Amino acid sequence: MCLAVPGRVLDIGEKDGTRMATVDFGGVQKEVCLEYLPDLQVGEYAIVHVGFALQRLDEESAKQTLELFAQLGMLQEEFGDPWEQAAAAGGDPWPFAHDPDLEPGPAPALAAPQEEVQP
Amino acid sequence: MKYIEEFQDPALARRLLDDIHATVTRPWALMEVCGGQTHTIIRHGIDQLLPEQVELIHGPGCPVCVTPLEVIDKALEIASRPDVIFCSFGDMLRVPGTGRDLFQVRSEGGDVRVVYSPLDALRIAQENPKHQVVFFGIGFETTAPPNAMTVHQAKKLDIPNFSLLVSHVRVPPAIEAIMQSPSCRVQGFLAAGHVCSVMGVREYPELAARHRVPIVVTGFEPLDILEGVRRAVRQLERGEHTVDNAYARAVRPEGNPAALAMLEDVFEVTDRAWRGIGVIPDSGWRLSERYRDFDAEHRFSVTGINTREPAECRSGEVLQGLLKPHECEAFGTLCTPRSPLGATMVSSEGACAAYYLYRRLELGTVPAAKTAATAPTAASAPLEASPVV
Repeated sequence: MCLAVPGRVLDIGEKDGTRMATVDFGGVQKEVCLEYLPDLQVGEYAIVHVGFALQRLDEESAKQTLELFAQLGMLQEEFGDPWEQAAAAGGDPWPFAHDPDLEPGPAPALAAPQEEVQP
Repeated sequence: MKYIEEFQDPALARRLLDDIHATVTRPWALMEVCGGQTHTIIRHGIDQLLPEQVELIHGPGCPVCVTPLEVIDKALEIASRPDVIFCSFGDMLRVPGTGRDLFQVRSEGGDVRVVYSPLDALRIAQENPKHQVVFFGIGFETTAPPNAMTVHQAKKLDIPNFSLLVSHVRVPPAIEAIMQSPSCRVQGFLAAGHVCSVMGVREYPELAARHRVPIVVTGFEPLDILEGVRRAVRQLERGEHTVDNAYARAVRPEGNPAALAMLEDVFEVTDRAWRGIGVIPDSGWRLSERYRDFDAEHRFSVTGINTREPAECRSGEVLQGLLKPHECEAFGTLCTPRSPLGATMVSSEGACAAYYLYRRLELGTVPAAKTAATAPTAASAPLEASPVV
C-alpha cells in the first residue's frame, strides 16, 4: 500500500470541482487526483500513491523505476486483483459462491508476469 | 557478492558496495524505517552484500503491521453490518483480527470492497445513498493526505453516508520512541522516501541533532538503499549526524505544501497505539473537530470488543528491531502467510513476509555473526519499558 508508482499524465480534466487526470503506469491506466500537484501537465511524470500524484519525477527516473517494478512483479501486486491475491495467500476459494455479480475481471495486461517467489 | 548481477545497474551497485566496504572500520547498526525498504533489502540480499560490520535493523514502517488489533476488530465488526459497505486497500484483507479477517467477513456475506484510491470509496458512497460507506483509513504520512482530501470532498459535496475509520500513524514520533528505548542499538536511520515526499525533511534535523544520529532520506530501489547506507556509514565514520537527502529526485526539502495544508485542515495530532509496541505519544492523526461527523468510530457504536493477541506472536519485537523474523519460534511453522499469527506475516511490507518469501530456503545461510548480533539479549526490553511510550 505504501508503494508509490511513477506514472505519466495522459489527459487532465475536472470532476466534482477537483483536478483529475488519467495516468499511465506501464500499461495500466488509472484515474488520479492532481490537487496536490496542481501544475502537473500532460506528458509529465509523477509519483502516484493510492490515486494521488504526490511529487514530480523526471522522465528518465520514472521509466527506470517502472521497468524495475515490472521486472519484479510489483506492478502486478499493486494493480492486479486484490481478492485473487488474498485468496491465493490464504489458500481460499475465489470468487465466493454468494456474489457471482462481483466476479473479478481478468487481470490487466502488464509488462512482465509476476515473479514466482512462493517457495 | 553472489546476487549483484540482479541489480538494475550491477556496475553502479558494485561501486557503491566497494565504497561502503572501503569506508567501514567498525560495527554500525542502521535502521531502515520503511517496510518497503525491508522487502527490497531481503529480496535482493542487500544485507548479505554489505560488510559484516554494517547491520540493517528492520523498523516499524509498515502501517498494516502496526494497526492495533482493536482497530482491526472494530473494522471487522463494522464491515459485518448489513447496511454497511466497507471499503479498504487490498493489503488489509488478510490481516488477522481476533479470530478472523476481512476476507472471511466477505466470504460470510459482508459487503467488503477493495478500492485503489479512497476517492473510489467516496464514489461508492455517492452511488449507494441508502448504505453507510466506511473507508479504512490507515497509513503513514504518504497515505494520510489522500484520505484527508477524500474527507474534505465528502464534506464539500455533502455526502453524509461516508465515513472514515481512522488509524493514521506518523514516523518521527516512532523514531523518537525507538531512540528513547533502553534497548536501542540504532546508530543511523534510513528515512522513508515517500513519507518525505509529502512531509519534506523539516521534522528531522532536531531529531538527528538531539540523538546524534544521521538520518538519510532513502528511496526504495536496490541502488537507493545502497546509496542510503553509503551516506549513513560515511557520516558515522566521520562522527557526523546530519540529515541528508539521498532521494532528491522525489523529495523536495519543503515536501508537498498543498498536501501539508490539507493534513493540517482535516487531521489533528493524537496519541496512537502501535500493534505490538504500545502507545506512542503524538504518533498519529485523528479527524479534527470540523470533520468529526465523518469519523466512523463516532458514527458506529463499536464497543465491547475483546481483543485476543496470539501469545506466540513476537511481531512487536520484530517491529522494534529487537528480533529478526526467522528467530521467532513460530516463524514458518505455526505462523505462515496462509495461517498468520500477526500482520507482519501477511502485509506486503511486513518483515516476516519478506523473510518468508525471499529467505525461507536460505535460513541456514544467514551469517552466524549477524544472527548472533541481532538476537535479543537479557538487557533487551520492549518499548513499553521506555518512559516516552
